[in-house]
Amino acid sequence: MYRIILTRLGQGLLTLLLASIIIFGATEILPGDVAEAILGQSRTDEALATLREEMGLNRPAIVRYFDWLGGMVQGDLGTSLATKRPVADMIESRMWNTLRLALLAAAISVPLSLALGLWSAMRAGGKVDKTLAMTTLALIAVPEFFIGLILMKVFAVELKWLSASANTRPYFDFWQNFRALALPVATLSFAVLAHMMRMTRSSVINIFTSPYLEMAALKGLPKRRLVIRHALPNALSPILTVIALNLSYMVSGVIIVETVFGVPGLTRLLVDGVTLRDIPLIQACAMIFGAVYILLNLLADVLSIMANPRLRYPK
Amino acid sequence: MSDATEIAKPRASVFAGLRLTWTATIAGSVLLFWLVLALFGPWIAPHGEAEIISGTTFAPVGEGGLLGTDKLGRDVFSRLIYGVRTTLLLALITTVISFAFGVTLGFAAANLKGWFDIVVSRIVEAFMAFPSTLLALVVIGAFGTSITVLVLTVGLVLSTSVFRVSRALGYDIGVMDFVEAARARGEGTWWILTREILPNSMAPLIAEFGLRFTFSILFLSGLSFLGLGVQEPAADWGLMVQENVGGLFLGSSAALIPAACIASLTVSMNLLVDWFQQRQQGETVLEKIDQ
Repeated sequence: MYRIILTRLGQGLLTLLLASIIIFGATEILPGDVAEAILGQSRTDEALATLREEMGLNRPAIVRYFDWLGGMVQGDLGTSLATKRPVADMIESRMWNTLRLALLAAAISVPLSLALGLWSAMRAGGKVDKTLAMTTLALIAVPEFFIGLILMKVFAVELKWLSASANTRPYFDFWQNFRALALPVATLSFAVLAHMMRMTRSSVINIFTSPYLEMAALKGLPKRRLVIRHALPNALSPILTVIALNLSYMVSGVIIVETVFGVPGLTRLLVDGVTLRDIPLIQACAMIFGAVYILLNLLADVLSIMANPRLRYPK
Repeated sequence: MSDATEIAKPRASVFAGLRLTWTATIAGSVLLFWLVLALFGPWIAPHGEAEIISGTTFAPVGEGGLLGTDKLGRDVFSRLIYGVRTTLLLALITTVISFAFGVTLGFAAANLKGWFDIVVSRIVEAFMAFPSTLLALVVIGAFGTSITVLVLTVGLVLSTSVFRVSRALGYDIGVMDFVEAARARGEGTWWILTREILPNSMAPLIAEFGLRFTFSILFLSGLSFLGLGVQEPAADWGLMVQENVGGLFLGSSAALIPAACIASLTVSMNLLVDWFQQRQQGETVLEKIDQ
């Protein structure tokens, strides 16, 4: 088992390396380089040459790539072009806002979608199942900003129960924090809920129709025991994959939610970086999100290998 | 797709024998409505795309224009009608690009196999191991926002999924008896691809086209909403949401209306694709019980 897990970890590392090549490649093939961006309109040829020399931009791309990658590994994320501050500092102060949002949304959406998915699967073909199927099918296709704006309009603008700005202050008490975070967390949860529920439902139904479960049912086991003792352990690995997939899907959902509610988070930083074409900032942010995404998928694989013995012996 | 006799049937249209359900009827009507507006928009819209019609910004529904005015005093109704063109056209172009790349490479990989298949598949996997929004942001950050960059980026991002589907289809159908028979007859690769494999993978490809189209609308409107997609003064639904978010606190629904329109478009498309897929699989179990 450990060998398989180690192989999977190795694959994850390789993917991460590929991701870094993609990020570096995509930002390096641009016309003009960082030096041109810094000097802007007022550049002279001599100034450009000097700055390039200073920043080491004359070296071949491959040398600069390894230089950049080495810095990343050691926690040196470079210096922002727009603010002239170290990128690591800028990210550090913002990281917590994004992390808190994602964790809270996960804490709500994961148990809720598992419960709804199970419920729907146990009543497959019934009224509840049909209604949920139709609702989730529609919800999947609704853009996140629409959900966010509707919630904002109803609860913040009309009813004035909750705050439309998720900008929290350190001196906020629990209720102030709740008022500020409720809407963005709800929006983000909605965005992943429908998907996660549908996938849970289909993976549980898949198991419900397998012969061994029919056997258990024919033995006369009560339904509760059937589900919890017999179906769930086997359904666990697909469900884990579903959870990881959706948590990593949150990476893109969070970008929209932070913009709608003005959360000073990591993705806002990335979008601002893209607007200002602040290459070192984009590279660092993209690398962090890429790493989280790959790590979550890796975690799901490792957990399913541990939960399901059959996966330990690949064909 | 497991039933070989089903596939080997003579080339009847994939749409033959599809019965409408009430959800499919509603979804289809909504799509048709937007399509007509997109085609005849300029003749229907009372004002120009970027024409300022009123000194009052964020005028409520019914005042100024039919649906109020936006942050610059432009007619929301007219911009909405022009916006459906931009939104649908861009989604169509990106989806067509993704299919041109995805299907060509996918069928080529399934047909050539060997190193070509391995190399292309690995590259696609590397791109898929990375959130697509992030990929688009990095590329747009490097190249700046222009329609060309936008369309190519989104098209390429979408093509990874199309590649996977068409490669799998190519592999599955490529080993079937009628393809073997064609090979034994001495037909060339091109003939087999266009006359045997392509017609028989039409149904799943149409469904995939619908899904990618929906995803493209969501993706593009998301980028426009972030201010990184379509740029002013062009009218695009995602952009209209972004422009008018501030009006939400002034009681204006200039941001909500285009957002709802996007949702109506994508939800209808999704329902229609679901209906199409269910029909292709034959009657659902539930319907058989009902009869």
